[in-house]
Amino acid sequence: MSDRVSLLRRLAPQLIALGAILFLIWLVFPAFFSLTFQNGRAYGSLIDVLNRGAPVALLSIGMTVVIATKGIDLSVGAVMAICGAVAASASVQGQPIATTLFLALSVGVICGLWNGVLVAFLNIQPIIATLILMVAGRGIAQLITEGAILTFDDPSLAFVGSGAFLGLPVPIVIWVVFATLVTLVLRRSALGMLIEAVGINRRASMLAGVNAPVLLIAAYILSGICASIAGVAIAADIRGADANNAGLWLELDAILAVVVGGTSLLGGRFSIIGSLLGAMIIQAINTGILLSGFPPQFNLIIKAAIVVVILIIQSPEAKTLLSFVNRTRPAPVAAPKGAQQ
Amino acid sequence: MSQRYLPLLATLAIFIIAYIASTFQFPPMFSTRVIGNLLTDNAFLGIAAVGMTFVILSGGIDLSIGSVIAFTSIFLAMILATTSIHPLLAFAIVLVMTTAFGALMGAIIHYLDMPAFIVTLAGMFLARGLAFVVSIDSIPIKHPFYETLQDWYLRLPGGGRFTLIGAAMIVTFLVCIVIAHRTRFGANVYALGGGVATAKLMGVDVARTTIAIYAVSGLLAGLSGIVYSIYTSAGYSLATVGVELDAIAAVVIGGTLLSGGVGFVAGTFIGIAIQGLIQTYITFDGTLSSWWTKILIGILLFSFVAMQKGILLFSKDRSQKAG
Repeated sequence: MSDRVSLLRRLAPQLIALGAILFLIWLVFPAFFSLTFQNGRAYGSLIDVLNRGAPVALLSIGMTVVIATKGIDLSVGAVMAICGAVAASASVQGQPIATTLFLALSVGVICGLWNGVLVAFLNIQPIIATLILMVAGRGIAQLITEGAILTFDDPSLAFVGSGAFLGLPVPIVIWVVFATLVTLVLRRSALGMLIEAVGINRRASMLAGVNAPVLLIAAYILSGICASIAGVAIAADIRGADANNAGLWLELDAILAVVVGGTSLLGGRFSIIGSLLGAMIIQAINTGILLSGFPPQFNLIIKAAIVVVILIIQSPEAKTLLSFVNRTRPAPVAAPKGAQQ
Repeated sequence: MSQRYLPLLATLAIFIIAYIASTFQFPPMFSTRVIGNLLTDNAFLGIAAVGMTFVILSGGIDLSIGSVIAFTSIFLAMILATTSIHPLLAFAIVLVMTTAFGALMGAIIHYLDMPAFIVTLAGMFLARGLAFVVSIDSIPIKHPFYETLQDWYLRLPGGGRFTLIGAAMIVTFLVCIVIAHRTRFGANVYALGGGVATAKLMGVDVARTTIAIYAVSGLLAGLSGIVYSIYTSAGYSLATVGVELDAIAAVVIGGTLLSGGVGFVAGTFIGIAIQGLIQTYITFDGTLSSWWTKILIGILLFSFVAMQKGILLFSKDRSQKAG
């Protein structure tokens, strides 16, 4: 019971931000919350936010775990492009859907393994280790598609991107189910805590008997899998693999989602639900600006401004300031940075 | 002492070997034309990478430079197309703006204690957004002063051209090498990269240095934008997307550690030269697709990082901190 209250308290800034943004959108676009059912599936702006936000939501799951280990994964956008290309080329060659998905997922695992080995065994800084695949990955994807946009028309593969399940678009179902699965595995076992331990102090956690290299590699593999699912979903949505533009700059959106969601880039305590809320905040901003009829040139400026405001509210300095304001109340003592829990 | 120079020497050796090898395959590659073009084509990237070198030496990162270059070019094009002010005055205005922009990011990073990665990411969105607001079209620059600037070049023996913007890059590198190694500011940058706490104890003014570093990066990104507008005679808000990654790659290939405190501005120049060489080689070959550039740069990045790790691993001169 108290767990639930503390979770709500921790996610309060994100929930308030999301609520405020949705409210603002509703003010300028009153039809925002209307839902309609047609041909057995739901339509509406809210569904659109959940659906369009699916790639960033998926990426942010893996990214949260990687950032919790004090890492970062810049390669996810490129991995999306590679996996989309693999799925499209397998489908073009007439492979059945199961083989196609298996191939795409395996490539995602291999990409994650590569990043993980560089970080865990070669001790390369995560930002550089994943920069290598970020730069080279798009080239590899273009090798697979031979420089063209590879189109396919296997309806079962297209279902992954644009089909509907229980009235909801499939991408929504995928990210909600996958996020629930990962959260359950990490939080119902000790894995989540061990990952936080590695992120707070890798050396100390190893001295305490945590197998840090294996956990690090697992985190990057999870990120690779998330990127692979997102890449297949995006390719399936447009029925084609675009090596140049698939997942372009989505790594930045995913990192932003994680940070907006309250997970520190310094590693340690993480919240996957927070990151998913962050992903939805970013998508709500994007959709909201489109719906409200602002000139599209202003999109990035508004997005930057909102992100800066959310980050400033979360920054350690602002928290110190707030705790001064709240000094009359017996406030909990702020833990030193990087030593939470 | 020589160990400090090892990554730099290795980078230099690889550049020379690669250049000789490609000259054997394509003899015309050894000509002043190719060298002149290499300098001209990479001038804007080189200037931006110098700013990135300072930022990375201090242990930070600046993701905003590509957007700042695009903003500078579109702003210049717009101001020259709609007003009658002299380009030199426009250059001054835009440099003040980009420097202030960098300083603002530095101030946020320092005073709000936020990661440079996220602050400059927001800066990247903001600068790109401002560029969109100026105009979403590609605007040509037809000012006669630009033609004068473009026509200025030294004819090298063998028909090559040493252009003004190539010279601007060389001068930027020379000035910044002196700043990095011969001034208090340079020493402060290295000290910050070595560790903020240590730097503070040594009496480094952390706030001023951090703000100055990002201001310098903004200034050089602005200068790079000016050079880019001279290079293309146009301003376009969608230009130079991802240039920050090329700059980071050049800095890393040039032997600077991303953890900060170790590296040379001169190394970045070789990093730029190697990237230019790869592109020139692919152009000469003609059968290789352009995406091989990306794969090769990725492989190079990996080999340099692995090499640096090897050097650190086998060095017994000093005990290493745990990573």
